[in-house]
Amino acid sequence: MFVVGSNFTTWLERLEATRVATTISESTWAFPTIETVHVLAITLVVGSITMVDLRLLGLSLRRRPVAEVMVEVLPWTWTSFTVAVASGALLFASAATHYWGTAPFRAKMLLLGLAGANMLVFHCWVQRRAQNARAGMISGGISLCLWIGIVGCGRWIGFV
Amino acid sequence: MKALIHWLSNTELSNFIKTVTWIIPAVQVVHILAISVVVASMGMFDVRLLGWAGKRHSIAALASRFLPWLWGALLVLLLSGSILIIGEPERSLGNLVFQLKMAMLLTAIAVTLGFRRLLVHDLSSGSSDLRPEHGPAARLVGAVSLFLWVGIVTAGRWIAYAG
Repeated sequence: MFVVGSNFTTWLERLEATRVATTISESTWAFPTIETVHVLAITLVVGSITMVDLRLLGLSLRRRPVAEVMVEVLPWTWTSFTVAVASGALLFASAATHYWGTAPFRAKMLLLGLAGANMLVFHCWVQRRAQNARAGMISGGISLCLWIGIVGCGRWIGFV
Repeated sequence: MKALIHWLSNTELSNFIKTVTWIIPAVQVVHILAISVVVASMGMFDVRLLGWAGKRHSIAALASRFLPWLWGALLVLLLSGSILIIGEPERSLGNLVFQLKMAMLLTAIAVTLGFRRLLVHDLSSGSSDLRPEHGPAARLVGAVSLFLWVGIVTAGRWIAYAG
């Protein structure tokens, strides 16, 4: 699935050699600082999306409509997701070839893709059938599992 | 403290946690998931206290929505954190950044309990929400709490790098 040409490897090497990337990898404080921002952003992404998922599962906020909960909570998710992607990209750049070669990094990207696909299915299909609470529960359950997996893989990256 | 670290690191439980290499990463994941619940809940609550967002909800309503999640998640954090401390007492207890984190945590809990007491007092005296004259106190609590939770997560990550 992840078989890619040498062009991509060259691109990763070039990314790693950029000024930004070398500044991060050579500094003692830059990586931990960006990583802290990344962790803070992820706690907001995961915490806020969990609120939506638990509502979809019917486990909390049951008296409030799903749509209302989503309108209030999803801006938090998207804003912090943007910060997580930006900070994550910087961390990745600092050792791109290393990260790309690790299993947990690839697993994390795969799970992120699946979370995106799950969200698309929810918005394009499930949400349009407002009465279909069971489909919503499935979307919420899948999302919750995927995000737990994403946090797990993210932490695992630091151990390889 | 040195004696405690020495004793802890020689207990059977500590050795077990160290020997089974997946325990610490797995417990760290649980710890991060629980802190996610705290950061998102308290972030939203603090922003409401500051008057920056969520104004169509009363402070009382948001307190009863978010605070139970805080206490529940804190219990998970206490348990998972204890396992991490027992597994690596020197890395945590002996670390200045860890001690700072604990000081900020205790302050955050005290501030939240103090605010809850003020809210309960207002509600029991017949008000439907926090009394308007306590608005400045709410904003102060929101700012301090937000600062402390960001600080706690930051210190948590820096235990691995400093101290």
